[in-house]
Amino acid sequence: MLHTFVAYVEDLPGVLTRVASLFRRLNININSLTVGRSERAGLSRLTLVCEASAEAGHRIRASLFKLENVVDVDDIAQAPSVTRELALIKVGANRTTRSAIFELVEVFRARIVDLTAESLMIEMTGVESKIEGLIQVLNESESPILEICRSGKMTMRRGHHTSSVLRAMGTGEDDPAGLDNPDGQPLETLDDRVASEPE
Amino acid sequence: MGTNANTQASNAHLTTPTRLTGAEIVWATLVGEGVTDVFGYPGGAILPVYDALRKFPIHHTLVRHEQGASHMADGYSRASGKVGVCIATSGPGATNLVTGIATAMLDSIPIVCITGNVSSKILGTDAFQEVDITGITLPVTKHNFLINRTEDIAPAIRYAFQIAKSARPGPVLVDITKDAQQGTAIFDFAAAKPRPVRPHPMRKIEVSGLDHAAEMIRNSKRPVILAGHGIIESGAMEQVRTLAERAQIPIALTLLGLGAVPASHPLNLGMMGMHGESWVNHAIQEADLLIACGMRFDDRVTGTTATYATKAKKIHIDVDPSEINKNIKVDQPLIGDLREVLEELLPRISGRDGVAWLKTIDTLKGASAVRDIKNLPDLGHLYAAHVIHDIWRITGGNAIVVTDVGQHQMWEAQYYHHEQPRTLITSGGLGTMGFALPAAIGAKFACPDKEVWVIVGDGGFQMTSSELSTIAQEKIKINIAIINNGYLGMVRQWQEFFYERNYESTPLVSPDFVKLADAHGIAGLTVRTRAEVESAVNQARSTPGAFLLNFMVEKEESVYPMIPVGAALHEMIRRPGNDPLLESPDDK
Ligand SMILES: Cc1ncc(C[n+]2csc(CCOP(=O)(O)OP(=O)(O)O)c2C)c(N)n1
Ligand SMILES: [Mg+2]
Repeated sequence: MLHTFVAYVEDLPGVLTRVASLFRRLNININSLTVGRSERAGLSRLTLVCEASAEAGHRIRASLFKLENVVDVDDIAQAPSVTRELALIKVGANRTTRSAIFELVEVFRARIVDLTAESLMIEMTGVESKIEGLIQVLNESESPILEICRSGKMTMRRGHHTSSVLRAMGTGEDDPAGLDNPDGQPLETLDDRVASEPE
Repeated sequence: MGTNANTQASNAHLTTPTRLTGAEIVWATLVGEGVTDVFGYPGGAILPVYDALRKFPIHHTLVRHEQGASHMADGYSRASGKVGVCIATSGPGATNLVTGIATAMLDSIPIVCITGNVSSKILGTDAFQEVDITGITLPVTKHNFLINRTEDIAPAIRYAFQIAKSARPGPVLVDITKDAQQGTAIFDFAAAKPRPVRPHPMRKIEVSGLDHAAEMIRNSKRPVILAGHGIIESGAMEQVRTLAERAQIPIALTLLGLGAVPASHPLNLGMMGMHGESWVNHAIQEADLLIACGMRFDDRVTGTTATYATKAKKIHIDVDPSEINKNIKVDQPLIGDLREVLEELLPRISGRDGVAWLKTIDTLKGASAVRDIKNLPDLGHLYAAHVIHDIWRITGGNAIVVTDVGQHQMWEAQYYHHEQPRTLITSGGLGTMGFALPAAIGAKFACPDKEVWVIVGDGGFQMTSSELSTIAQEKIKINIAIINNGYLGMVRQWQEFFYERNYESTPLVSPDFVKLADAHGIAGLTVRTRAEVESAVNQARSTPGAFLLNFMVEKEESVYPMIPVGAALHEMIRRPGNDPLLESPDDK
């Protein structure tokens, strides 16, 4: 099954290698990996998607937690969540073929972010299938795709009330080991947190 | 034992922040962490550190190969429970450490390895003797550090000690560039303290789990405790014993668990697994409840997992959440430090009537318990079993025995009965030949007052026999028993059983080991018959310096019983010949 792990990791050299190495060792291919700054100082947030057996999820999460630089791990699994991907697509198009692309972009609610005499660049955010859809339609059009750059997936649980969210809303109990603890103090498991999950 | 020449330093820098060079900071931090002995080998990229050594009260043992240094640190730790420390230079020095680091990793042994590296300005340029040792050791360390600033040295080393010791222990490597060693910084030991250990969030002891486990134990008819190395690392010997005694549960031990429960304890069945006694494995296969304590269901103890203890429910107590359901699916995990978990569990355990089950196991023992090779009459042949049995008898079972890997290792486990934890030191997880001699040197430094025996094969001895010079230089007393069968015996045994006796590349020509010892100024003796064993062992023990015994044993003897790879735990190969031999009185 497809696993989506969301992890907070210390923003230090080599940390990504340690995370990736764990999957390499298990001979698991990482389908997608995105990393960037998070709301917590000194910590990056990453979303990692891979194909592995259902049982493997527990062990991967447990093993990720064992890495010294990993502060928090969530296995999203089937939980209600929002996943998005960003794609930049450069298409060869001139004055005559351009307008057809404009129409497509409109339909897919994408945006044109660069335009030259011979090419244009489309920016599109959405779920994977939507991006695949646009790529397919472009492939079927007269205008050749010149380059595709995709960010990989970013995932966030829906309405998942971590202690820091609760505190921000003024309803959470004071939790010194909360998610946004700057010293990287212990965190409670995500499973433990109050999760109201509408959908 | 080598004398400690480096004692002139005062420890003022430990309490008052002081400006020191990076090299001095390395030693000052080690002193602060309580280190008294390190094992290492110098070279260009670590020379500043060596230059500063004379100012600090630490004894450095010069090894003959860096693999020896990491094994010595490992043996030091296994014997004492403290963190072992080894040091090497960049490039080949660092790569030579790797086998020892992996050995420590697979057996969860806390060691800290310090390596020098080229200057930070030329890092990554394939400079002379540069290797990416943090990259190389990433999968075989719990964690590692690449340090290129002097002020980061003390925090990294202190952090390394914390990581090495905490939760499931393991090796940590700190790689320090030469310019960081040469620079200066304010050394503030207290301020270099690492942040508190971040507990693994999946590691927590749940009341419901404890209650359930207690109920499973109460309701079981045929329970077995599986006792592993975690008992020793967690210091839970007392608690495991109490659990067994209170609920009358027999105990089976893993190789690394030997010593965690006294061999003479009436509930101790003995070693399980590939070369475990048949009744131990049968008991596991017949059990209706397994209580795994600090063990990880390694393939060497389960046989094929599909047929492993299918009638048993399983409770798994382990400090490492990633071990749960890894090899064997368990019914009730209890994730936490073993001693803490058992302390919570014990109040929930009351007396249980275990007589019927213990009786059943006793009948399982049947004739196999007395059809033991050690009881073979002396027909002029020398069996390794004789040798090890006699060493056990003569040392009263009180020595620290360090074994290598192969048949002799299994015979040691079968015939040397360990009463105390940390008296068997052996490479279980990685199975590293060449481990014994250097690990024994480390063990002797950790426990200078204990009798230390090396039991090693003729093959494995030659992998690290250069450390004989280290023994001579350090003037330490170690007794070495070479079980000389002229073969890479364990591999030959596999060839005998599974490759139609095609003894390809396993017969082994060796030097005259007694002469080799003599060349190092170490006394020795070759022993060919059982009649000579006792006096030879006594001579070794009473000789003040190190002593080497070269036991010329039966060449094509095999270790029985044996579970072939891929077979079930109860499908073992038994010793051919069915004549039960009676136990002689001194064998009891
Ligand atoms: C470094 C290393 N290389 C290879 C092996 C594979 N191996 C396991 S046991 C063994 C034979 C050991 O021979 P010896 O040291 O003479 O001991 P014996 O089995 O004869 O008692 C070998 C080659 C190993 N465990 N470690
Ligand atoms: Mg041999």
